[in-house]
Amino acid sequence: MMTTSSIAKEENISQLKPLQQETICPTAKMQAINVDAWFGQKQILKTVSLTVKPNTVTAIIGPSGCGKSTFLRCFNRMHELVPNSKMTGKILLDGKNIYDRQMDPVQIRRRVGMVFQKPNPFPTMNIYDNVAAGLRLTGAKKDTNLDDIVKRSLEQATLWDEVKDDLKKPGTSISGGQQQRLCIARAIALQPEVILMDEPCSALDPIATAKIEKLVIELKQDYAVVIVTHNMQQASRVSDYTAFMYLGELVEFDETSKIFENPKNKLTEKYITGEFG
Amino acid sequence: MKLTGDKIFKISATIIATSALAILLITGYTLAVGSVPVIQKFGLNFFFGQQWNPIEGKEVFNILPYVLGTLATSGIALLIGVPLSLGIAVFLVEMAPKSLSVPISYLVELLSAVPSVIYGLWGLFIFQFWMRDYIQIPLTKYLGWIPLFSSSQSSLNIFTAGAILAIMIIPTIASISKEVISAVPNSIREGAYSIGATKWEVIHRWVLSYGRSGIFGAIILGLGRAVGETMAVAMLIGNAIGPVAMPISLFQPGQTMASLIANGFLDTTRGSLASSTYIGVGLTLLFISLIINVGAHVVMTRVFKVKGGAVE
Repeated sequence: MMTTSSIAKEENISQLKPLQQETICPTAKMQAINVDAWFGQKQILKTVSLTVKPNTVTAIIGPSGCGKSTFLRCFNRMHELVPNSKMTGKILLDGKNIYDRQMDPVQIRRRVGMVFQKPNPFPTMNIYDNVAAGLRLTGAKKDTNLDDIVKRSLEQATLWDEVKDDLKKPGTSISGGQQQRLCIARAIALQPEVILMDEPCSALDPIATAKIEKLVIELKQDYAVVIVTHNMQQASRVSDYTAFMYLGELVEFDETSKIFENPKNKLTEKYITGEFG
Repeated sequence: MKLTGDKIFKISATIIATSALAILLITGYTLAVGSVPVIQKFGLNFFFGQQWNPIEGKEVFNILPYVLGTLATSGIALLIGVPLSLGIAVFLVEMAPKSLSVPISYLVELLSAVPSVIYGLWGLFIFQFWMRDYIQIPLTKYLGWIPLFSSSQSSLNIFTAGAILAIMIIPTIASISKEVISAVPNSIREGAYSIGATKWEVIHRWVLSYGRSGIFGAIILGLGRAVGETMAVAMLIGNAIGPVAMPISLFQPGQTMASLIANGFLDTTRGSLASSTYIGVGLTLLFISLIINVGAHVVMTRVFKVKGGAVE
């Protein structure tokens, strides 16, 4: 026998549950298929699917607590590092599920780099070692020329000219914006295929933010970039595709211009016009 | 001038704070004065000689074997205790689920509440025989040709005392290291994971490296306890005296400065050369403890460049 409240619950879920997506997109660099995620008993993501195309910037926007950071952390298996976390669904990298049992999370994280909300250069290492740290880990090729890669990574992160004379200084001795670019260089040094950025400018001033944004656009020449941001202007400036998330669900996902000029969903429209959030 | 409450508080607080320094100075001064007769009589030989003869008229008191015995037992304690303590700390912070880490850290801290005489008692009746059967006998059998492992009849020896000291310093080093490791920001771990570090690499290249000055401090506190620990050592070290107490083999009876005082001070009469000797030993022990602490401070500030708690 069903009580009224449980019927209401059932309806609620069926209402909220978006269409399950199973089609695999062959041109995608990464594809999330029906991802659910939990912290303990609390469900953070509800059947979220998203396609990341190569050489594009995909922005994930949404109000605080909507699960966008958690979703991002599923793309390089960082979510599972949090105690009591759980995740179901698939995330494909070049068509292969990174959650397959034979996939090594360590290798996944080398292929899918990450930049965090707060710049987190390693304080016990100097600038050079910060960039070289990933290459020195087990599994890195022995014959790599560290100096070249460090220089190239810092150049690509548009930081080389500012720090080339200070490579022996601690990674934490430079400004916040520079630290964040150092973290980008650290991710680039491993020559990943995808770079995930979790609100990379939220701790930075406007000038440093502008530099990072310019860099993000440059980065898509070589990588697929997924950027989580609470700043809609930033999403419209840097991204090719935008996903809008709300309360753990993906409400709308489309080309950025369409999302911002002609959103299909009322909720998306309300959010981008600043009615809530 | 009127004495307000604030002024009274300020004056009394100053007196109390200064008294800590005063106690140290008075102790040092009286020890120095008390040891003048024995140092006058034997000169530098008091510190660097090995002879010991309490018979009246032929008295010789040299303390080098006991200084070295203290260093040997403390060294053994660190060699055994530091890896165990760090293992405990790393396990509690980085690996154990909360349901396990809370009771275990509580138990580890409880270890430090065990009175040292109980460690001594347990060592005397149980632990020394484990050490004899599982470590001393096998090692002397196969490696006895190396002087360090040369054989001895007794299992009350330097190694047994050092091993008990190791157990006694584990709570100190483990609980402080645990706090240090817990204080390592999670963003550092995440950054390391994000560039493909394994759990082991995150721990030994990032977490321990970030916390190294704190862990070093924890080890020094443990060393301080090992150097001064008296009762358990006095019960387990075998109490050798004279040149035979020179620590050459792990498995020979030895003597530390603290155990020497504990074992001998009752038999001395006040004002005798022997009592001056024990005071001299006390002075030396105090001096070595101070050197360890001052040295640790210098290492922490110079080598690790600790400024305001952060490692540069």
